[in-house]
Amino acid sequence: MNRRFGFFDATALTLGFAFLYLPILILVVYSFNASRLVTVWGGFSTQWYISLLQNEQLLQAAWISLRVAFLSAAAATVLGTLAALALVRYGRYPGRTLFTGMVYAPLVMPEVITGLSLLLLFVAVDFDRGFWTVVLAHTTFTMCFVTVVVQARLVDFDRSLEEAAMDLGCPPLKTFFTITLPLIAPSVLAGFLLAFTLSLDDLVIASFTSGPGATTLPMRIYSQVRLGVTPEINAVCTILVALVTIGVIIASLATKRSAVARQ
Amino acid sequence: MSMAVDGRRRGSLAIGAVRRDFAPWADPAATPFIRFERVTKRYGDVAAVADLSLDIFEREFFCLLGPSGCGKTTLMRMLAGFEAASEGRIVLAGQDLSGVPPYRRPVNMMFQSYALFPHMSVERNIAFGLEQDRLPKAEITERVVEMLRLVQLEPFARRRPAQLSGGQRQRVALARALAKRPKVLLLDEPLGALDKKLREETQFELMDLQVKLGMTFLVVTHDQEEAMTMADRIAVMDHGRIVQVATPGEIYEQPASRYVAEFIGDVNILEGKVSEAGEGRCTLAVADAPASVSVAGVAEPLKPGQEVALALRPEKLVLTHEAPPAGTPNVFAGTVWDIGYLGDWTIYLVRLASGRTLRVSRANATRFVERPLSWDDEVFVHFAPEAGVVLTR
Repeated sequence: MNRRFGFFDATALTLGFAFLYLPILILVVYSFNASRLVTVWGGFSTQWYISLLQNEQLLQAAWISLRVAFLSAAAATVLGTLAALALVRYGRYPGRTLFTGMVYAPLVMPEVITGLSLLLLFVAVDFDRGFWTVVLAHTTFTMCFVTVVVQARLVDFDRSLEEAAMDLGCPPLKTFFTITLPLIAPSVLAGFLLAFTLSLDDLVIASFTSGPGATTLPMRIYSQVRLGVTPEINAVCTILVALVTIGVIIASLATKRSAVARQ
Repeated sequence: MSMAVDGRRRGSLAIGAVRRDFAPWADPAATPFIRFERVTKRYGDVAAVADLSLDIFEREFFCLLGPSGCGKTTLMRMLAGFEAASEGRIVLAGQDLSGVPPYRRPVNMMFQSYALFPHMSVERNIAFGLEQDRLPKAEITERVVEMLRLVQLEPFARRRPAQLSGGQRQRVALARALAKRPKVLLLDEPLGALDKKLREETQFELMDLQVKLGMTFLVVTHDQEEAMTMADRIAVMDHGRIVQVATPGEIYEQPASRYVAEFIGDVNILEGKVSEAGEGRCTLAVADAPASVSVAGVAEPLKPGQEVALALRPEKLVLTHEAPPAGTPNVFAGTVWDIGYLGDWTIYLVRLASGRTLRVSRANATRFVERPLSWDDEVFVHFAPEAGVVLTR
């Protein structure tokens, strides 16, 4: 534990982080590039952020993405928490293993398959593709992440707290809202933020399930990049990276805080 | 500080005065307050509680005592409503509790883990039960203050449970369970998490409280000392059944079986055959010299030839260097094999010629002894005919 931080560690760490973050760093740096050419540094400027504010299309896509992310994350949090409760609380009921597997399947399912199957479903039931189909699709694939996070907290939740509440005259539903929920709130929040960022990032599933008038930000960026990368895209991506980073940091702080509170 | 002294004095005044004539279980006209009627609880094929019947009376301090897994906690949880009985029923103050959910039962429980709500202050924890009853705000505040005073935690009202010591948490849990003035207070290993000194103090405080509040207490514990100190009556449990229900004195001096004798305190068991049986007395043939042991105060009818066990408490054996005068009954000769000095007591392990070891304990009533017993001393052990209990089970 107390080992000195040697040359080897420093090199490994630098290389590792460079491998992970150098591309992102370049993207962030070039978003402040004054030059129109993406690969040539022409001095510091925030002009691309300003011109971004005038780019109707990108702004609209960003607004759609945020709404989709918020709605689908909210729905996924409710469903995911309920699924976690069902998995942890109701002991050994018939089909439990199957249910567990099915809840977790989207974690490992290739996004292309999830996207395609949802597309087929929407076509089959003749559901017009657009904003709401993306929300539904994102709810489906982010729900299991919420379940994983909340379940981890519920497993070591002291059941006697709920028993104590009921013993003192509190009916089960009220017990859930006054005792259980406040205590698992940090992991529910972490689950929400995780779902939110996943939805914000998603390109594949959105491409399959979106329809006219519901182009999300990643979709917009992807289609613009095919015509050539502009510094504006760099600026948008930088903002996106910042949002995701903040989300992940808050989520991990929330989980950590609840872990400390439990001791 | 003065509060603590005051509280303790007030309580201890009451104890002897109320308890001297308290024995409703001996009164055939008394109606039990809690009745377990042929209660069975099965988990799959295993019966955690098997066909158990038990009566507990109002204002009784009752202990369920047994090793872990004997079903005592299951029994308590059934009374609280967290488990449903597979068979039989539980009646409280004339009301059949079957199907009544925990949040509608007039009992409150103090949990082994205390189960304090970590996101609420001490105050809010204590107020929680009262808020569920939708009592007026003023009354809740008043009751919370009263409870805080009762457990001497007034300065800690606004702290979170995490900011309290183990002993303080235990008091909060107690106050929270008492706040609703339940008909019965259930305590699951209430002192298990406290250290020895604090445990002893708290035992007496619990007894004082129970008398002061006139409540019925049902305690689950695996600690026999705790049960002996606090309880009016103890039920000793084994494998989902009750082996004996009696006062602490009876349990210790008149155990119903070898299991009870061995579970409560230390005991020497001599196996033998009844060679002569008379009114309240008998003679046993045992393997060790003097080969025959006379016993008085026998409660059960015995037949000659019957295989029995004689339970002898270590403190009832007399240990001497010199041979007791001729005609003294039940004398065994042996050597001191080992000595355990405990300060107040010393325990001697005396090995007999047959190789069997007897455990003898002696109170160290004086600071100096003329001739202390030492390892390998040749000694004599004897006991009065009334000292032992004949056990047929």
